[in-house]
Amino acid sequence: MTEFLSHIGLGFLSNGFMLNALLAVLMSSVLFGAIGTMAVDNRMAFFSDALGHSATTGIALGIMFGVENELISLIAFGVVMALIINKVRTSGTASTDTVISVFASASIAVGLMLLSKNQSAAQYSAYLVGDILSVTKSELIFLFVSTIVILVLWGVIYNRLLLVSINRTFASSRGIRTAVYENLFCAVIAVVVMLSIRWVGILLINSLLILPAAAARNVSRSVRQYHVLSVIIALVSSVAGLIMSWYMGVSSSASIVVALTVMFVLTFIFRKRSGRD
Amino acid sequence: MQIHKCGLDIIRLENVGVSRFGHDIIKDVNLTLKCGGITAVIGVNGAGKTTLIRTLLGDIKYKGKISFTDHNGRPSRDIKIGYVPQQLSFDKSTPTSVLDLLCAVKSKYPAFLGHRRRDKTAAMDLLNASGCAELAGRRIGELSGGELQRIMLAMALDPVPDLLILDEPVSSLDINAVQEFYTRVFDLRQSYHMAIIIVTHDFKLVSDYADNVVMIDGGRAVIGSPEDILMSADFKRVFGAAYFTGGAAH
Repeated sequence: MTEFLSHIGLGFLSNGFMLNALLAVLMSSVLFGAIGTMAVDNRMAFFSDALGHSATTGIALGIMFGVENELISLIAFGVVMALIINKVRTSGTASTDTVISVFASASIAVGLMLLSKNQSAAQYSAYLVGDILSVTKSELIFLFVSTIVILVLWGVIYNRLLLVSINRTFASSRGIRTAVYENLFCAVIAVVVMLSIRWVGILLINSLLILPAAAARNVSRSVRQYHVLSVIIALVSSVAGLIMSWYMGVSSSASIVVALTVMFVLTFIFRKRSGRD
Repeated sequence: MQIHKCGLDIIRLENVGVSRFGHDIIKDVNLTLKCGGITAVIGVNGAGKTTLIRTLLGDIKYKGKISFTDHNGRPSRDIKIGYVPQQLSFDKSTPTSVLDLLCAVKSKYPAFLGHRRRDKTAAMDLLNASGCAELAGRRIGELSGGELQRIMLAMALDPVPDLLILDEPVSSLDINAVQEFYTRVFDLRQSYHMAIIIVTHDFKLVSDYADNVVMIDGGRAVIGSPEDILMSADFKRVFGAAYFTGGAAH
């Protein structure tokens, strides 16, 4: 088996950790690819970045209170944070970006304070850059179930979210409870971000959400193309990044983001060539 | 043959107010709208016109009471409102096509999986009826102001609403397109007898077509016939300089 895999250039999969990593990366690519399309449409890159940063406090709280499953404390904290930031974002305050920035800074600082209590925060640096080889079997199962649940939910809420993103008041006139859908969407982003933040890392998580969709929208003309391309770009970049990291001995999440950036540049050039914009 | 009658008789706002951060945006608005009537809403920018519209749509919290009554004088909850926004502030580079938009409005089948045949047929029927079938495959960000307006009107009229709200609908159109737009809207009133609210700066339109005028000034609403409002001292005070120099009129 090992020989066969290395023969077809997938030798790295004979390492059990890498196989888990690949499965995790494939599942979250589908999620990031799909959900990212709406995050980009709604210009929420900054929002999701702040959310990623807030994970620092989520991690610290989990460790402090010894929550058995770290993921659950992270997700719970992330959802609460997402709803608060969204409240600020939609309240019509003039300086929304400033307020979001305050939230992001505060949650990093509080998290670092808690983590560094009586010890060096340096031991938690793995959270900054992520550790993809740390994915366990039970996490994979949790990720698999979450992926199915989120994709089904996505199918149910997508059309109404699309109308809300195009014009909130128009969506209201069609009987859509806009605030409910906006909050639901923010909660979905929070769950998707927190599901994979431990192995992607706080520094790069936002790129995984934003870049596939940003690349796909360069060359898409309908929401189906947009979704399909975004997911394919996420999948291809993730696998390419993972292989790159294995053979070059560099950070996996960083390699994935570099691969995504290449995809973005390629689609951007293609758009310029085809005369759009 | 009667095609459709508006399901409502009266829409009544009693002491409606909206405040934000402790500041009143609109206050003590009392207003009655009748089916088949055209009500023009005028006011300088920032006076609270859009807030009044969003209140009617149930998009923001308000104080006071808004009630709908049907032809038999019974209260009704089932009101259909068609809304044509002033401008769409969506990201112009979004890969959403006109067909995506219509199917998302008409169906719950997720648009990212494509469109079912019957949703597509229904959407194309709607586009054909408004003479915009050729726009189906275009991205919504590529449409001209007039094209987008036609699509929005087509959606607002499906299903046929009891109340049609047009929020400065022609601000981005040229003069011919404006005529065409209003001709279509007034035809609709003849056929469907719906109540229509038009937010506008076009006082010629107000005096020619509106049955009632609501002038919003500093969050308060003054209501009357076009002659009364356009000749009033309040009107001169609010629009005086701007109107006579042509600044407020399109």
